[in-house]
Amino acid sequence: MTSRAEAADAVLDRAATLRDTLHSGFRDEAVRSIFGEATRIARRAARQVADRGFDLDQRIDRLVTSPIFGLPIMALMLAVVFWVTIAGANVPSAMLASGFFWFEDQAFAFFQGLGVPWWINGFVWHGVYKGLAWVISVMLPPMAIFFPLFTMLEDLGYLPRVAFNLDFLFRGAGAHGKQALTMAMGFGCNAAGIIATRVIDSPRERLIAILTNNFVPCNGRFPTLIMLATIFVGAQFSGVFTSIAAAGAVVGIVGIGVVFTLAVSWALSRTILRGEASAFTLELPPYRRPGVMRILYTSLIDRTLFVLWRAILTAAPAGAVIWILGNITAGGTSLAQHTANFLNPLGQAIGLDGVILLAYIIAIPANEIVVPTMLMVYMGTTQMTDVSSFDDLKELLVVKHGWTLLTAVNLMLFSLLHNPCATTILTIYKETLSKKWATIGALLPLSLAFLVTWMVATIWR
Amino acid sequence: MSTHNCDSCVAIAELERMGLKLDRYDRVVALAGNPNTGKSTLFNALTGLKQHTGNWPGKTVTRAEGGFEFNKVRYKVVDLPGTYSLLSASTDEEVARDFLLFGRPDATIIVTDATALERNLNLVLQVLEITDRAVVAVNLMDEARRKGIEVDVRSLSRDLGVPAVAVVARTGEGQHALLEAVDAVSSGTVVTKPTRVTGTPAFQRAVAELVPLIEAAAPGVPNARWIAIRLLDGDAQVEDALRTGRLATLADDQQKQAERFSRKIALEGAQ
Repeated sequence: MTSRAEAADAVLDRAATLRDTLHSGFRDEAVRSIFGEATRIARRAARQVADRGFDLDQRIDRLVTSPIFGLPIMALMLAVVFWVTIAGANVPSAMLASGFFWFEDQAFAFFQGLGVPWWINGFVWHGVYKGLAWVISVMLPPMAIFFPLFTMLEDLGYLPRVAFNLDFLFRGAGAHGKQALTMAMGFGCNAAGIIATRVIDSPRERLIAILTNNFVPCNGRFPTLIMLATIFVGAQFSGVFTSIAAAGAVVGIVGIGVVFTLAVSWALSRTILRGEASAFTLELPPYRRPGVMRILYTSLIDRTLFVLWRAILTAAPAGAVIWILGNITAGGTSLAQHTANFLNPLGQAIGLDGVILLAYIIAIPANEIVVPTMLMVYMGTTQMTDVSSFDDLKELLVVKHGWTLLTAVNLMLFSLLHNPCATTILTIYKETLSKKWATIGALLPLSLAFLVTWMVATIWR
Repeated sequence: MSTHNCDSCVAIAELERMGLKLDRYDRVVALAGNPNTGKSTLFNALTGLKQHTGNWPGKTVTRAEGGFEFNKVRYKVVDLPGTYSLLSASTDEEVARDFLLFGRPDATIIVTDATALERNLNLVLQVLEITDRAVVAVNLMDEARRKGIEVDVRSLSRDLGVPAVAVVARTGEGQHALLEAVDAVSSGTVVTKPTRVTGTPAFQRAVAELVPLIEAAAPGVPNARWIAIRLLDGDAQVEDALRTGRLATLADDQQKQAERFSRKIALEGAQ
């Protein structure tokens, strides 16, 4: 080993000496000669034989990346995507839910008739099965609409334009312009967004992108936001405006997420990750007609089913845990109620309640199951049977558990800002190979979530 | 599978997509190129896999692997992240560069965008500094035609010293010709003479002097000439790799793997 190290040092010394003998510009010369050669070869091989004619791509680009219309068009497109998702998912979600819960009752009654003890029967049907049924009916329809739409925008070539539009904001925050791309990937899944930060050269800017990726809601959190927006914001309006207002609220939340991304990036680049934004080139690829079959495959198999499967894997045990917590009693109250009561003062201080915090603790493995967990605890404590429509849901939350608009707003904010799921934290660790950054990646958003919701609650009251 | 050869046959006739069946392969092919030139689309077309594709630069950040069989030869394909150069320190460029250097692919398909040939050739020339066994796939020919651009692949081939093939990865156009070129280059039936940017005489002398020293310090290193150029350039990463012995171990590992592999083939052949 030592002889190898010595030999290596000898080579490096010699290289340094030789480098001094070359004149200082040799490096630029080498790059220039590659460029020159490339130009010569390309000129000989490629010819413009016909007139380019009407360049539609360029016309579209002038519009969607224009300083005036660029950002509004982007917001509008996002709003349309959410609106289609919300308006389209409502009915199938309700149908799935009522179907699943009807089956739950039938199955429970059937096995009760067979003489299966209540605790096995209840554990399986009211615990594990109910958890699964919730996750599927709440998540599947929105995902099956949202993902194909998002994949289509990606395939079309719109994402680089988004990065182009947002570049000045990220540069202003001392971050890398390509962070807009990794942020957009975060909409699908924050863990995927964090892996995507590899496109960023500078380690400093890459860390900023990793630590702030959590501030765009991933698809695991979208159902929560969509549900809250529908019940609390959409319900203030009637008819078509219901879904438009709900979509507007979701866009608003995403906008707040982007503001937090920028603000936290700005703060990081002025404190622990100090430095200047680096320059980069971004290619705006030609628009390409998306392949329908490929979009459906990517979005339904790779994304929707993948995410749903992950949710199912965590929802089943979570449903079991909740059922156990809800049915083992100590001193007349269930363990779930005890824990919720214990967490309640903290929950109330930030405009939420103990049950919501309990749900967030149980849902650390995957954000997808926050709402189902919450509802199961609520239902377990009030003996309410089924919730199959958004009206029932509102009844349960508002009338039985005293939710207010503040609860909904703060829950949306908490959902947007709180710590990433276990998978994402693990991904941060794998990408940075540092326990320190993984810890910061988890605690920074969490403390911000508590701070912001506490401030909102205080001001509201 | 019959092996009749006819020009009208679609490429699929001799191409068998093998997806993730990678337990046995005869040759390794790398896919390199600028971002968003269709590497993943070509990868999917060859392997039958559904690697995520998207119309934005920088989508592939890790390397994906798959397999296919062509003319009874089994290939492992490695889809590398798209890069504009091989000279910077970002993770994606490092992934691509390390594989080209130490993975020692039997052939590298450099996928280029026919509508932006000049920019793409910068990377082609850089890849040719590292490896002899390369085929240039001039992709997106359909878009080029729509834009009224004509690409003469024979001229390109002549100037670069490696085969160049016009393809449309999305539709499979030119795929057969591409695979034949890959076959010829990886089997050694076609010997390539890649264009290398020579530089000043002083520079050439410096490179020539360093090469034997590097070979002594890191025996079995795949491309000492390229390492020498990077050392003269003051590439901290390459310096580091040489000093820590990573260069030598990487080369060593790859060699061991190749030996294990040939032993395995020999054993299986004997049965």
